[in-house]
Amino acid sequence: MTLAARVIPCLDVDEGRVVKGVQFVDLRDAGDPVELARAYDAEGADELVFLDITASAQGRDTILDVVSATAEQVFIPLTVGGGVRTVDDARRLLRAGADKTAFNTAAVARPEVLSEAAAAFGSQCVVAAVDARRRDPADPARGWEVYTHGGRRPTGLDAIAWVKECAARGAGEILLTSMDRDGSKEGFDLALLQAATAAVRVPVIASGGAGSAEDMAAGVRRGGAAAVLAASIFHFGELRVGEVKDAMAAAGVPVRRT
Amino acid sequence: MASRSAPAVAVLDYGAGNLRSARRALDRAGASVHVTADPERADAADALVVPGVGHFGQCVGALRAQGFEALLRDAAEQGRPVLGICVGMQILYESSDEADEPGLGLLPGRVRRLPDDVQVPHMGWNTLEIVRPDPLVDDVAGAHAYFVHSYAPDVEGPHVLATTHHGRALAAVARHGSVAGTQFHPEKSAEVGRRVLAGWLRTVTAGAFA
Repeated sequence: MTLAARVIPCLDVDEGRVVKGVQFVDLRDAGDPVELARAYDAEGADELVFLDITASAQGRDTILDVVSATAEQVFIPLTVGGGVRTVDDARRLLRAGADKTAFNTAAVARPEVLSEAAAAFGSQCVVAAVDARRRDPADPARGWEVYTHGGRRPTGLDAIAWVKECAARGAGEILLTSMDRDGSKEGFDLALLQAATAAVRVPVIASGGAGSAEDMAAGVRRGGAAAVLAASIFHFGELRVGEVKDAMAAAGVPVRRT
Repeated sequence: MASRSAPAVAVLDYGAGNLRSARRALDRAGASVHVTADPERADAADALVVPGVGHFGQCVGALRAQGFEALLRDAAEQGRPVLGICVGMQILYESSDEADEPGLGLLPGRVRRLPDDVQVPHMGWNTLEIVRPDPLVDDVAGAHAYFVHSYAPDVEGPHVLATTHHGRALAAVARHGSVAGTQFHPEKSAEVGRRVLAGWLRTVTAGAFA
């Protein structure tokens, strides 16, 4: 009896449509979040993350329709991030059918929002999304810095100290993205994961850099992550969720089989 | 669309829990579901579902404030089926480490903090070990269900139907007379969750409790 490592596809949603080149052969409409969610569910995804990248204020509410339509048909946990600023934002998403909401920029701007959301909904509904980049690749001792606004704005915050603060303020989970590795397919930043998972008791989701099933397994076995997240390698069909689980199981990582 | 024989299930709305998901999952498992904040309306149903996420004390306080306690006590006495989910299960127990406020005491035992040497919350898919055969746990032995919680009920007692393990053994499914609960979220546990809910609905239809 062991908790399974979770495999989590992440979908970028803009004004209600999935963007960033999803290439599933068997989908009628690869831009339809609900259809993609069902496809990933059928492949054995343990959870889904929707990242709302809608820039316009009036387009914002469309994520509620996406969440609601998905929750009607997909019976696995659903996390929504991107533009979640207040407890009311989180409440609307949870009411629409999300199970967790991820705070990123808003948490750095006002860390109290994490404790407010945890008090209102429980820590299990509150994910802290942290985007981190090495301060100096030539000097690992300088650690990692937190970036906000989709990775555009440096904050000066030390990523590990920030991860600890997020957990202390009530985040029930950390979604930790390595900006150095994001899109590189060189594997997760294992040193970052190790530092973060040693610093907090809450689960850490590894994100940024997985290029193979072996990378995913390493994120759990060596990085200490409770879950692994990826976007494009799943969307382009380079890797299927089932394959990742096979490789993780072969590497001795417990996974859920469907 | 519910058939005439579909059991009528009321999901209690007291401001806690993912009501939409609970409603849809029960609907998929074959129930005729309505979500209600009104104890009198809920009283008309064949069976009651108590959802719940968050804090034990807040949940049980909100449940009492909404006037659902008497309804649930009567249901337990009359043998009407009740299913608590996650914190909705926990508040059916006698008490919890999480709050001074007592639970309803419809399930025997206490809810305790998970040990310090494991990740908390216990979040993710964990396996079910069946310790007592029951329609609720037919056909799910060894299967993964989705858990999210930091406290968990005691594992001792004949009412425990299935356990899982996170730092210690904990009750994953329990039933005491007509009052049952799952520590995991059947509405988020894919096919395994559907089977558990369908098994519970069979007990609703059968209307007899060991």
